[in-house]
Amino acid sequence: MAAYVTRRFLLMLVMLFGISVIIFILLRLVPGNIVDILFDAAGFVNPAEKAQIEHDLGLDQPIAVQYARWIGGLFNGDLGYSYISEKPALAEILPRVPITARLAGLALGFSILFGVPLGVISAVKQNTGLDYLLRIVSLSGLSMPAFWLGLLILMGFVAAFGTIPIYSAEPQTVWDALLMYSVPAAAVGFRSSALIMRLTRSSMLEVLRQDYIRTARSKGASDGTVNYHHALRNAILPVITVIGIEAAFLMGGLIVTETVFNIPGVARFLVEAIRGRDYPIVQNLVMFIAIIVVTVNFIVDLLYAAFDPRIKFAD
Amino acid sequence: MKLGLGAATAASCVLALTFAAVPAFAQKQGGILKMYHRDSPASASIHEEATYSNNVPFMPVFNNLVFYKQDVAQNSLQSIVPELATDWAWSPDKTELTFNLRSGVKWHDGKPFSAKDVVCTFDMLRDKGTAKFRKNPRKTWYENVAEVTANGDAQVVFSLKRPQPALLALLASGYTPIYPCHVSPADMRTHPIGTGPFKFVSFKQNESITLTRNPDYWKPGLPHLDGMEFTIVPNRSNAILAFIAGKFDMTFPTEVTNPLLRDIKAQDPAAICEMVPTNVATNLIVNREKPPFDNEDVRLAMAMALDRKSFIDILFEGQADIGGTMQPPPEGFWGMPPDMLRTIPGYDPDVKKNREQARKLIEKAGYGPDKRLNIKVSTRNIAVYRDPAVILIDQLKEIYIDGELDVVETSNWFAKVARKDYAVGLNLTGNAVDDPDQSFYENYACNSERNYTQYCNKDLEKLFDQQSMETNIDKRRTLVWDIDKRLQEDVARPIIYHIRAGTCWQPQVKGVTVMVNSSYNGYRYEDLWLDK
Repeated sequence: MAAYVTRRFLLMLVMLFGISVIIFILLRLVPGNIVDILFDAAGFVNPAEKAQIEHDLGLDQPIAVQYARWIGGLFNGDLGYSYISEKPALAEILPRVPITARLAGLALGFSILFGVPLGVISAVKQNTGLDYLLRIVSLSGLSMPAFWLGLLILMGFVAAFGTIPIYSAEPQTVWDALLMYSVPAAAVGFRSSALIMRLTRSSMLEVLRQDYIRTARSKGASDGTVNYHHALRNAILPVITVIGIEAAFLMGGLIVTETVFNIPGVARFLVEAIRGRDYPIVQNLVMFIAIIVVTVNFIVDLLYAAFDPRIKFAD
Repeated sequence: MKLGLGAATAASCVLALTFAAVPAFAQKQGGILKMYHRDSPASASIHEEATYSNNVPFMPVFNNLVFYKQDVAQNSLQSIVPELATDWAWSPDKTELTFNLRSGVKWHDGKPFSAKDVVCTFDMLRDKGTAKFRKNPRKTWYENVAEVTANGDAQVVFSLKRPQPALLALLASGYTPIYPCHVSPADMRTHPIGTGPFKFVSFKQNESITLTRNPDYWKPGLPHLDGMEFTIVPNRSNAILAFIAGKFDMTFPTEVTNPLLRDIKAQDPAAICEMVPTNVATNLIVNREKPPFDNEDVRLAMAMALDRKSFIDILFEGQADIGGTMQPPPEGFWGMPPDMLRTIPGYDPDVKKNREQARKLIEKAGYGPDKRLNIKVSTRNIAVYRDPAVILIDQLKEIYIDGELDVVETSNWFAKVARKDYAVGLNLTGNAVDDPDQSFYENYACNSERNYTQYCNKDLEKLFDQQSMETNIDKRRTLVWDIDKRLQEDVARPIIYHIRAGTCWQPQVKGVTVMVNSSYNGYRYEDLWLDK
């Protein structure tokens, strides 16, 4: 187990290094840099001023030197400065992380809360009216684009309640925060819960046909015990994998939801930073998201053993 | 020192001061004005940016020496009033402009304002000071200023290379705030300090900008509002929906299109909306050094193929204006009268006839139905550029020119046109000040960085100077019309149409004046109040 964990940890480091190189090079291959964008906003280009800014920002240095500076800074806890706001990158990124974390957490909670039980019910009540209804709902959740659903929700709120649930100021109380985040979380969670529901259903159907389920029933175990204790525990592994992937995705992939609901989270900030060629922000945010993704995957792998005692990590 | 105070100037100052001193009886004090902002400004420094995305939230932080009167919709030399200056005076030869400065004014950090701050600001603008702006987009505005000097703490003198009465128009723009000497340009980009009615509180990129009332403002009783909050909502449909839902008191100024304005009025009938010209012109840019566009006939044919009314009908439901370089009247102060406009090639309403002539010209250049000219029409990848570019391509087909749309990522657009790395393009030109001194020198002077088409006519440049020095407004206007006509006839940068755009606000917002010939100068917001 210890060797497995060490091996996975070292693999994570290699992967993060690879990601750092790729993002660093890709960013610089995109046409136009921050200086072009600064002058674009000014509607003119002055070559002398442009060269001076490039020099000030270190963009006139060879790419390897720029990379070494960034990585060196990371090891010293220095993430550099945002080219656009001219504030420390850490000060720009940190306040946005809890915003996205709250949204992602609520969305994930919503999707698990609805996705898993409804998936079980759909499997247990296979080919009944309820199953068909749930399958239709889940299919619509998967096929409906998030931006469209978000817009429908916004328009519905304006028409029905005369208010609009978009982010305009930092919520001051937990209740305010819950109200603020619950609508976008439901919009995101709808898709995720549909995915989890369908996966739970198919996984459950496979397990429910196993001999040991028939044995449990013949022993007189109740439906609840059979479905949730025997069947779900064995069907949940692929669902855990998907939940892990969803959790990682939600930390960095909520661009549409954050845009539609005007939430100043990580994903929207990342897209704005890419558009502005704000290299320090993009590099550090991508690394942050990459760390989340590989860490969550690592945790999911470890959870397998906890949920299924048959799984052993060989040393 | 020469100080010939003209009677007219004195009268205008007295009149302006009288207006400024009128007490506000009906206005209610307090409340936070909530407005959405269309995007996240690149910085908080007005001097370093060239978009009104900066002026709207940050102009309330500052004062100018002089300013366009905020409740007069049309900016002109007659609507300029003193602000940090108490009065101004021209020397008899009009080469020295002296401002007496207001005493007792304090910066938001408590330090006193003085003439040194004015000198510092204009030294930086002219690239002469020790402190430098990172970008200086309006350096050309002050090329005629030889020196700015302080006479003690309460007087500054602008010495000019030649007379330029319209310098006042540039000084009155929202683009010309006075910066403090003791704050670096870098700090001004992140935390601006001004003398204005509102103090800067915070600027969170892509999130919000917050201002609070300056309790020590030098105008007693102003501002009426306790503060202003700008929530950055880049998605326009969401922003409009939020305005309709009452989340915002006001839309971002001159950003509402005609269809959206109709939506607002349908869903929120109480909302007050105005659709006004913005002094932004959509224009055709042709690189006159690239063959075959080095041929005058080809350029003229392209200009004559334009059906301006179709552009306006398709894109603006008829709500835009046809004109030359200067914004057309009645909102524009210097635009050519319609009769004169119609005499310019391509402006005749008979489009069929224009195009027949255009076809003859292009045939003379060697092209025709059997030998069509293939070109790329470059434009910026945003709707206000892209949409007219598509119509332009369609119209050019009428004269045997087949265009292919070359969409340029917005971050590369100005770099590309500045490199002259294009043949034909569609561009937008915004004028911060409705004055020929800004428009002519910036867009058509031989060495200007913004002269994208490389049009250079030294004889016409002499006329630029002549109109700039002219003190008689009627004579100057006639001269400006002649220059504008020449620019259109020379196909310097054919103007297709002048845009109109809307602003809406809730009925509780009082004291709004939407400027009709500039989108850059009307955002001091000290007179605004909320009837809640």
